[in-house]
Amino acid sequence: MRGNAEMHELVAPGSLGAVLDLLAAEPGQWTPIAGGTELMVAFSAGRLNAHKLVNLWGIPDLRTIEVTPHSVAMGAAATFLDLRRHTVINAEFPLLARAASWIGSVANQSRATLGGNLANGSPAADSSPALLAYDAEIEMISVRGRHKVPYSEFHSGYKQNVLAADELLYAIHLPRRFARHRQYLRKVGTRRAMAIAKVALGATALLEQGVIREIRLGAASLAPYPMRLKQTETALLGQALTRETVLAARRALIAEVQPIDDIRSTAEYRRRVAVNLLEEFLLELRREGSRL
Amino acid sequence: MNANEKADTNAHWPAIRFTVNGESRTVNVPPMKRLLDVLREDLHLTGTKEGCGEGECGSCSVRMNDELVNSCLVPVLQAEGAEIQTVEGLALEGELDPLQEAFLQNGGAQCGICTPGMLMAAAQLLAHRPHPSETEIREGLAGNLCRCTGFTRIVASVAAAARSTESNPAMEPELEQTHHAR
Repeated sequence: MRGNAEMHELVAPGSLGAVLDLLAAEPGQWTPIAGGTELMVAFSAGRLNAHKLVNLWGIPDLRTIEVTPHSVAMGAAATFLDLRRHTVINAEFPLLARAASWIGSVANQSRATLGGNLANGSPAADSSPALLAYDAEIEMISVRGRHKVPYSEFHSGYKQNVLAADELLYAIHLPRRFARHRQYLRKVGTRRAMAIAKVALGATALLEQGVIREIRLGAASLAPYPMRLKQTETALLGQALTRETVLAARRALIAEVQPIDDIRSTAEYRRRVAVNLLEEFLLELRREGSRL
Repeated sequence: MNANEKADTNAHWPAIRFTVNGESRTVNVPPMKRLLDVLREDLHLTGTKEGCGEGECGSCSVRMNDELVNSCLVPVLQAEGAEIQTVEGLALEGELDPLQEAFLQNGGAQCGICTPGMLMAAAQLLAHRPHPSETEIREGLAGNLCRCTGFTRIVASVAAAARSTESNPAMEPELEQTHHAR
């Protein structure tokens, strides 16, 4: 059954303030729409449940990318092409630039937004492993003000997050402190373009005198939502990169993840690939060190 | 109303204005109506095709404000004020665009359903990378599916079009080729 445009209200209040006023006046009633690469697919198929939509596309405050000495703040409605074209993101956050290049195709990257990827909350979201590895913070906004949470605490369940009913995603902040870290991102999917991840792992680590001083691991498609692998990180922190450490990390990862069987893959395949990706990263780290 | 202001006069819906192939257009349609359907049904520009209707196949690709978009995923309200180019905007006064000529000469079109989208994706690419590498051509067309040609002739057509045009030597910086795994 095709979607019927007459059954859905779509309004464009214009400014960010006017959007926030609308969300405050009727909390939970309005569904924000930016690039439409998720909601319009549901609409076309006649399965868009939202009947009242508020437009975010074209609001400049939400699309700016601001660079300060200590961080990069990406507006929630910055598109993946915006990210790929940004000099500082390419230079200092190459994992995010690479993840952006994995989003669908050019025609999807020109419309799909970083905030939309996170608000949609797919467990397989392409941008999430990189954001987790970079220790991103999420800034939310409402008429009540703004506040931030670590990205690792943003998702709270399958397609659920901590946004209040009157809040919007405002910006995603990346700390500019990964120049010395070894960085890794690998997605395993069916083909290069357009494919959704069977499993993906992002990582940053700092190795000093052969000991892991910092490590962050972000995973997609290994849990009901994109997940920071904190227990695996704990197994590695402060350790020398010996064969025993690698084996302990593999065991921690297996214990920590909760992959499922679905149309794209099986839980068993995902587990095996995930530990192999982790090992690939750790061996790379041992062989080449962090970029000191 | 003059010829440049062809409008659907259903006053029930608010007016949405944009430019298509250089002509101002005004439509009175539900704001959630897909740009694809507005182009085909309200403006009778049926060159833009619907394939999957979910942004996977690229048949409905058009250029909007100098970006390639899948028109099946654009609610027409978001086209307010935009400059849109469809496949009908490629040929100038009956003279084919070099891309269209190259597709003809190189067997880049077979059944034709994907062709308008392929042409628009290629036009977007060449507008920014007048002399793309084969890798860049393949990335530029990665969201456009063809079920007949096997893609080789399409890629060859785009390369031929790039060779055939005397272009501005100013090149834009290449996007990092990051599609490869790792």
